Amino acid sequence: MGRYIVRRLLSLIPVLLGVSIIVFFLVRLIPGSALQMYLGTQVETTPEQMVELKRLFGEDQPVPVLYVEWLGRILVGDFGHSLRTGRAVLPDLLSRLPLSLELTLMALALALVIGIPLGVLSSLRQKPLTDITIRVVGLLGLSLPQFWLAALMVLGFSGFRGWIPMGNFVSLWADPLKNLQMLFLPSLAIGIGLAAVIMRYTRNSMLEVLQSDYIRTAKAKGLKRWVVIGRHALRNAILPVITVAGFNVGYLLGGAIVIEEVFALPGMGRLALYAIYQRDYPVIQAIVLLIAALFVLVNLITDLIYATVDPRIRLDEKGR
Amino acid sequence: MNASRFFKNPIALSGSIIVAFYLVTILVSFVWLPFDPVAMDMERLLDPPSFETGHLLGTDDFGRDILSRIMKGTAVSLIISLGATALGAVIGTLMGIWAGFLGGRWDHWLMRVADVLFSFPSLLLAIFVMAILGEQTYNVVIAIGIVYIPQFARISRGAILSLKNQEFVRAAFSNGADKTYVLFRHLLPNILVPLIVQVSLALSVAILLESALSFLGLGIQPPDPSWGNMLSGARKLMMIAPWTAIYPGLAIVFLVLGFNLLGDGLRDVLDPRLRNAR
Repeated sequence: MGRYIVRRLLSLIPVLLGVSIIVFFLVRLIPGSALQMYLGTQVETTPEQMVELKRLFGEDQPVPVLYVEWLGRILVGDFGHSLRTGRAVLPDLLSRLPLSLELTLMALALALVIGIPLGVLSSLRQKPLTDITIRVVGLLGLSLPQFWLAALMVLGFSGFRGWIPMGNFVSLWADPLKNLQMLFLPSLAIGIGLAAVIMRYTRNSMLEVLQSDYIRTAKAKGLKRWVVIGRHALRNAILPVITVAGFNVGYLLGGAIVIEEVFALPGMGRLALYAIYQRDYPVIQAIVLLIAALFVLVNLITDLIYATVDPRIRLDEKGR
Repeated sequence: MNASRFFKNPIALSGSIIVAFYLVTILVSFVWLPFDPVAMDMERLLDPPSFETGHLLGTDDFGRDILSRIMKGTAVSLIISLGATALGAVIGTLMGIWAGFLGGRWDHWLMRVADVLFSFPSLLLAIFVMAILGEQTYNVVIAIGIVYIPQFARISRGAILSLKNQEFVRAAFSNGADKTYVLFRHLLPNILVPLIVQVSLALSVAILLESALSFLGLGIQPPDPSWGNMLSGARKLMMIAPWTAIYPGLAIVFLVLGFNLLGDGLRDVLDPRLRNAR
C-alpha cells in the first residue's frame, strides 16, 4: 500500500505542472498585459516608460523564463499581489478557504447521509414502479441548478430567519452551532442533487449485490435481515458509491462558488468572482490553481480509499 | 436503432417528448411571441401572473413579459448547448480516436492533456475561460466546449481500445484494408452508441453551465434574455415577486431533465448491457 500511495503521489506531479502551465499561459492570452490592466486606461505612458515599468515588474523576460520564475515563487508560497488592493494574494485566499471547504464537506456529508439510506431502502422494494421513480428522481437531482434551488430555499425559509445567513458570517471556531445553522441551507442546496444521484447508485449497486450467492447463504444461515443488509450487502455495495461521491467533489466545489454568491458568504468563490469582475488576474490564477490542486488531491484520496477497501485495485496496478 | 424499442422505453420516450416540446417552443418563438421580450412597460412593473393582463407568467422589474422572455431564451440556451457540445464532441472524439488508434507516444501525450483538463472542476474551468475571453455569447460556447473535450476524448479512446484488437478489425486488416478505411468503416460506427449517450448528457450539463455562467453575469448579457440572466435579475426581486425566479428556473429544470431522461433511456435502448452502469 505504501508504494502504491507514493507512486500515485508522484503521478500527480506532471498533472499539476500541466495545470500550472494552463493557468499561466491562458492568462497571458488576455489582450493587453496584466501591467496594462494595472495602469488602467487613464494613465498615459511613453514607450520608454513602458519598457522601464516592464523591467520594474520583471516582465521584460521571454515568456518561458517568466513561467519558470512564477512557478518558483508559487512553490515557496508567493502567489503575487492583487492588482486592485496591492495585498499579497495567499493570506487573503487562505482566510477564505476554510469556509468553502466547510461548505463542500457539509454538502458531501448531507448528500451521503440522505442518499445512502434512501438508496438502501429503495433497493428492498424491487417493483417496476419503484425502479422508474428512483431513476427519474436521480435524474431530477442532476437537473437542478444549485443556485436556483438556493433561491427557492431562501424564499421558502424566509419565515425562519435564523436558517439563512444574514449579516455577518460566524466562523466555525467562534460559534459552532450558529455557524452550522447558517451553513445548513447553503450546503443542502449544493448537495441535494448529488444526494439523488448517490441514492440511485446505491440502489443499483445494492440490487446487484443482493442477488449474489453469499447473500443467499447469509440469509439461509438465519441471520437477521438487517444484519444481512447492513453488514454483508451494504459493505460491498458501497464501493461504486464512494467513487461517485469522490469524483463529484469537483461539482460540489463549483457549486460552492455560486452558492456563496447567493447567500453572500465570504468564501473563496466570492473572492474569485470579484477578482473576475475586476480583472484581478493574480488572484484568479491563484484561486484556479488552488482549487484544481485540491480537486486532484480529492480524486487521489478517493482512489486510495477505494484501494484500501478493495485490495484487487492495487493488485491490478502491480500486474500492469 | 430499433425504433419500437425506443418508443416502448418510458424513460427515453418521456425525455424525447420534453425535448420535442422545447423544440416546438423555439419554432413558435420565431414567428410569434405573446409580447416583445425586450419591450419595457412602465405601467406594468412586477405584475403577478394573470389572464386579464395577458402576462401569463407575470412581468419583471422593467415590465417585460416573462413568458416571452423564457420562450426567446429557449433558443439561446439550446443553441449554446448544441454549439458547445458539438465543439467538445468533435475535438474530444478526434483526440480520443487518434490516441486510441495510433497508441504509443500520441496516446500518452494526448491523454496527459485530457488529464490536465480533467483536473479543473467543470464550472471553474468555464468561469476561468470566460474571465479570459470576455463576456461574449460565442465565448460561452468555447468555454463550455473546452470543458467537454477531455470527457469525449476519454470515452472515444476507451471505446476504440476495446475494439482495436477484436477479430473483425484484425480480419479487415488481413484482408488488406488500410487504417483510414478500418477507422471509418469498422471502428467509428461501433463507438457511436456511447458517444450518442454522452452527447445527450452533455447537452443537459451545458444548459446548467450556461445558466450558472449567465447567473453570475459572465454569460449572456442583458437585455438579451437567457434563463440564467433572468434568474440573476430576479435575485433582488424574489421576495416581492417570486414568479420572476420560479418560472425561468422551471424552464431550465425541465429541459435539463428532458435531456437526462433521453440520454439515460437511449443507453437502455441502444445498449442494454450498460443498464446498471450508472
